[in-house]
Amino acid sequence: MVMNLARPAMPSDDKRWKIVNATMRRHGYSHHSLIEALHTVQEIFGYLDEIALKFVAKSLRVPLSKVYGVATFYNFFTLKPQGEHTCVVCMGTACYIKGAPLILDAIEQIAKIKPGETTPDRKLSVISARCFGSCGLAPAVVFDGEVAAKVTPAVATEKIRRWLNP
Amino acid sequence: MTPEELHKIAETELEAKQKVGHTLCVCMAAGCVSTHADKVKESLEQQIEKHGLKETCKVKGVGCMGLCMAGPLVAVEQTGALYQMVTPQDAEEIVKNLGKPPVKRIECDTTQPFFMRQKKIVLENSGIVDPERIEEYVAAKGYEALLEALTSMHAAEVVEQVSKSGLRGRGGAGFPTGLKWGTVAKARGDRKFVICNGDEGDPGAFMDRSVLESDPHRVLEGMAIAGYAVGASQGYIYVRAEYPLAVKRLKDAIKQAERLGLLGHNIFGTTFSFNIEVRLGAGAFVCGEETALIASVEGKRGQPRPRPPFPAERGLWDCPTLINNVETFANIPPIIRNGGEWFAGIGTEKGKGTKVFALAGAVTNTGLIEVPMGISLREIIFEIGGGIPNGKKFKAVQTGGPSGGCIPEQFLDMPVDYDSLAKVGSIMGSGGMIVMDETSCMVDVAKFFMEFCMTESCGKCVPCRVGTKQMHELLSKITTGKATTDDLAMLEELCDVVKNTSLCGLGMTAPNPVVSTLRYFKDEYMAHIHDRRCPAGVCKIGKEQLATV
Repeated sequence: MVMNLARPAMPSDDKRWKIVNATMRRHGYSHHSLIEALHTVQEIFGYLDEIALKFVAKSLRVPLSKVYGVATFYNFFTLKPQGEHTCVVCMGTACYIKGAPLILDAIEQIAKIKPGETTPDRKLSVISARCFGSCGLAPAVVFDGEVAAKVTPAVATEKIRRWLNP
Repeated sequence: MTPEELHKIAETELEAKQKVGHTLCVCMAAGCVSTHADKVKESLEQQIEKHGLKETCKVKGVGCMGLCMAGPLVAVEQTGALYQMVTPQDAEEIVKNLGKPPVKRIECDTTQPFFMRQKKIVLENSGIVDPERIEEYVAAKGYEALLEALTSMHAAEVVEQVSKSGLRGRGGAGFPTGLKWGTVAKARGDRKFVICNGDEGDPGAFMDRSVLESDPHRVLEGMAIAGYAVGASQGYIYVRAEYPLAVKRLKDAIKQAERLGLLGHNIFGTTFSFNIEVRLGAGAFVCGEETALIASVEGKRGQPRPRPPFPAERGLWDCPTLINNVETFANIPPIIRNGGEWFAGIGTEKGKGTKVFALAGAVTNTGLIEVPMGISLREIIFEIGGGIPNGKKFKAVQTGGPSGGCIPEQFLDMPVDYDSLAKVGSIMGSGGMIVMDETSCMVDVAKFFMEFCMTESCGKCVPCRVGTKQMHELLSKITTGKATTDDLAMLEELCDVVKNTSLCGLGMTAPNPVVSTLRYFKDEYMAHIHDRRCPAGVCKIGKEQLATV
């Protein structure tokens, strides 16, 4: 049986697709590498869009439905672009009993969005996380990749106010 | 790599160490890094340069020292002095006082019970060796256990030592490790796999993260020994993507070990070959369940499947697979080095060795601790943990995360091991321990965990998917003061159904937080239902409901 081993062309000239290709090649384009490939896409593009899902599906010879199934099953993957700034509030047990819900309430009041949403002007995304494992610092919030310890609602609102109205 | 070469690396490293007068160890685990330990390290390096001490003093990054609440921590290796809450501005004073009594202002008392009452086996290198340098690990007797196993023990002997040690799985269920290894070793198959479960999904638990960040080689060595014992040549470490530092250190550690020939083909000149790859999780609690984890490593949705067949017979790609937790693997090298009997001498009758706990919540000393099995909860919380801050009263301690339960004050003197925790309706779990004071509402806590299980349910089986949703709604009704006693009866019935009919551990244990709080704190449920009030003042029971009573 002759197999057509041609890989699909990259969706655009964007050089970043080469990095995605490299990940898949390292795993021999095996369908087992689906999650690794999606991680790479999200790491370099920030989110998984339809073009990326189709490209990965074709390259790994996995039905698009399965790729979509995996992408939506895991919380870590997002199909929507994130805002300019992200604020991740830890809702692990330690943070929860030390007042993380109050922080989320305060953020909701000022930014008018709930966890998992992005402001219409794409300035801010608010995410609630399962647990960072920084329980010694509870309640913890990650502002643009930087972990802040023992955060109060006031500190969080101040930070976000400056982001929204620089 | 020959045995002589391994010893040579250790010797060279120890000699180099002798030449250094003072070594400043800066904790570079995630907790301290987020309080800017990296800037402290930089500043210490600058000060050493400035004071012309470059020849005699060294600064190195090390793993977790345990007392996360007092970070960033800096230790002086030679004298054992420990500094807490160090800022970059403190660096000059610390450097100036090297060789003199430590700076009083920021000194941390290392004779306090937090340090004295611990017994370190898994964490023996944590906070001492530089996790980014394999040479330091080798100098701390690293890879010696692997050498011994490969060159002077049969695979069956390795399994026998692990069985003798009485080690039980540290992931939560406590299955005897030796028995599991024996089953995989006996299973028939051309290819076998070893998987390390580092998908620490329990909220409030960070033991595996700390072990991977502080001493990654320890886990690699444990896995390689396991591979030899069961006849596998490929291993996978499944780590949460939420732990980027652990992932980076693991990947670096694997590269270093491969470079030295401690992983790869014909390790120590024997016929044994072993490779390890990292697989990233993607944020699904259910992937901590072994069959779901296997599906995820295969690149699929992480949904569990019925057992049997157990992974020991048919696991990854239908091959016999050994799955153990990070901490379990980290226990292996010392067991091989010191013998199973040594390990069996620590702990209690049915729980051998030590256990690492992540102590958090309403307790003064939050951080990472390792204690011998059989220690009482009171000792952990009030001596090591330093008690409840702000003059508040202890209410309960939650162990085992969403699968565990809340233990009230009357059981504080009970020894901690698998069986005694199960007896009071909780589980050992992976080691998260959250202390709660009187300001926590137990119904709200039960609702919190149920919300977690509801969202994390993979949706494959009905009891878990629908049951957790219904239980969450009933708990919401209670916390908003809209419930009746019929709702409570329904909740109790659902606990029973979900527990007995779910497919995997997630569903089977999901009712535990509700069952245990109902058992010990029923008065709080009753206060919400009958009096429409929350005794702890957490739940927002609206005025309009009060008016209708």
